[in-house]
Amino acid sequence: MQKISKKERFEAWINGEIPSAEEQLLNESGRHVYQSTSTVQAKRRHKNPRDYQNAFEIKAFQKVYNVLSVVFCLALIASLLITVSYLPRVGGTDNPGNNEVAERYIEKGLEETGAVNIVAGMILDYRAFDTFGESCVLFCAVCSVFILLKVSDRETAKENDRIHEPKNDVILQQIARIIVPLGLIFGIYVVLNGHLSAGGGFSGGAIMGAVLVLYLLAFGFEKTERFFNEKVFRVITCSALSFYCLAKSYSFFTGANHLESIISTGTPGAIISAGLILPLNICVGLVVACTMYAFYTMFRKGGM
Amino acid sequence: MEIFKLILMLFLIICAVSVSLSKNLLTSVIIFMSYSLIMSIIWVLLQSPDLAITEAAVGVGVTSILFFLTLKKIHLLDESGKQDENAEDQ
Amino acid sequence: MIGSNLVFNIEEVVAIILFGIGFTTLLLHRNLIKKIIGLNIMDTAVYFFLASMGYVDGRVAPIVTNGVLDAQVYINPIPSGLVLTGIVVSVSVTAMMLSLTIRLYKRYHTLNLDEIYMYAVKQDR
Repeated sequence: MQKISKKERFEAWINGEIPSAEEQLLNESGRHVYQSTSTVQAKRRHKNPRDYQNAFEIKAFQKVYNVLSVVFCLALIASLLITVSYLPRVGGTDNPGNNEVAERYIEKGLEETGAVNIVAGMILDYRAFDTFGESCVLFCAVCSVFILLKVSDRETAKENDRIHEPKNDVILQQIARIIVPLGLIFGIYVVLNGHLSAGGGFSGGAIMGAVLVLYLLAFGFEKTERFFNEKVFRVITCSALSFYCLAKSYSFFTGANHLESIISTGTPGAIISAGLILPLNICVGLVVACTMYAFYTMFRKGGM
Repeated sequence: MEIFKLILMLFLIICAVSVSLSKNLLTSVIIFMSYSLIMSIIWVLLQSPDLAITEAAVGVGVTSILFFLTLKKIHLLDESGKQDENAEDQ
Repeated sequence: MIGSNLVFNIEEVVAIILFGIGFTTLLLHRNLIKKIIGLNIMDTAVYFFLASMGYVDGRVAPIVTNGVLDAQVYINPIPSGLVLTGIVVSVSVTAMMLSLTIRLYKRYHTLNLDEIYMYAVKQDR
């Protein structure tokens, strides 16, 4: 049997080639061994007296490990509790956390960003790049899950989860008919009112994604694939992310001070106000909703 | 209100311990779901409604759905493996 | 040795205890899914700790009502903003770990980390 070097194997893996026949044989025989390990181990224990010792060692190690980990955790908790006992009281008015930064956000936030919800004004105006990075983290997470769970066309016939789709469950479908429109409207409301009340892109997007998942669960892939497939996902996510990027990085060309915007903040409390916060909230909401839905489909059938 | 918060935090600790102690994976995922739900009520009591909505949608909804799907997938893989074995036996 | 505020900082004490429970779950269990749940509990504990730092007794959520713009009325908005981003990132991390778990299960047909390690070593030989 010729040896395949690690580099060659890696290249083959990168190119998506199937492992060679020999390797497959190896894998299959290996898998067979795994499935019946307990019996194999039991047989071996009778044969080789050295394995008795090994098993004993492993058991002893595990006991020591368990005891040590509990002791370690208790020590960690104790030391952290001692630290906590020296921290200022929770809820005190003069805690070091409530410093001039928080005061500035509260007192000038409405005037400078136009957002009634100060948290939204903070994360989408003062710290907009932070939120942009986080949306990109979501996108990267979807990409890596896609890489890990994507079912290649060769495996499709064997491994596809489509066969295990739910049967037409009457109770689930009736309840979904009621909940899905209401939930979708609530999600859109939370996104659009992100600068006026509690909520915003993250929460609204998560609600919309969860409602889409419920719809998919009740009615199956055939219905959702009419309006949501891989191409739609790609277009929505990429355009939302690039709009966010362009809308915020204009400030690099105007002196890197993105507090002063050409867009007026409008009257506080109106739905179209707060400058860029509303469109940015919509972008974040779309990215989050697509991400949640994509996670579900990827876990479910390996592909969109 | 203070007592309510204390009771909720007690529940939080009980949930966390029972996640660790329960033998069945499905049970521990469901207990984790209720843990997130209690957490979202605590966010409301801590005056952070943004966090409460996000935790309710993300922690209770999406995370537990992902856990359930993983368990289901593993179960399916198990079943197909058993079928393979049976086929080989015959 | 112990300071005077341990009894008053109940939120932070609970957060630390939850962190410890999560860490113990992470260390003691061999099962990958239990480990992931333990990591999630640790996440939530850290968020709880952060948010309790920003809480101030008797103040309301940082949403401007009736045009009052006094810093003495609202709680600290900074921890809320930080935790909001953290919660969403923790979901994507969880999804990533679960997909890795599925891949491992497909290859080794077990969720036990020790067995996976044993098979991996065996296969390398």
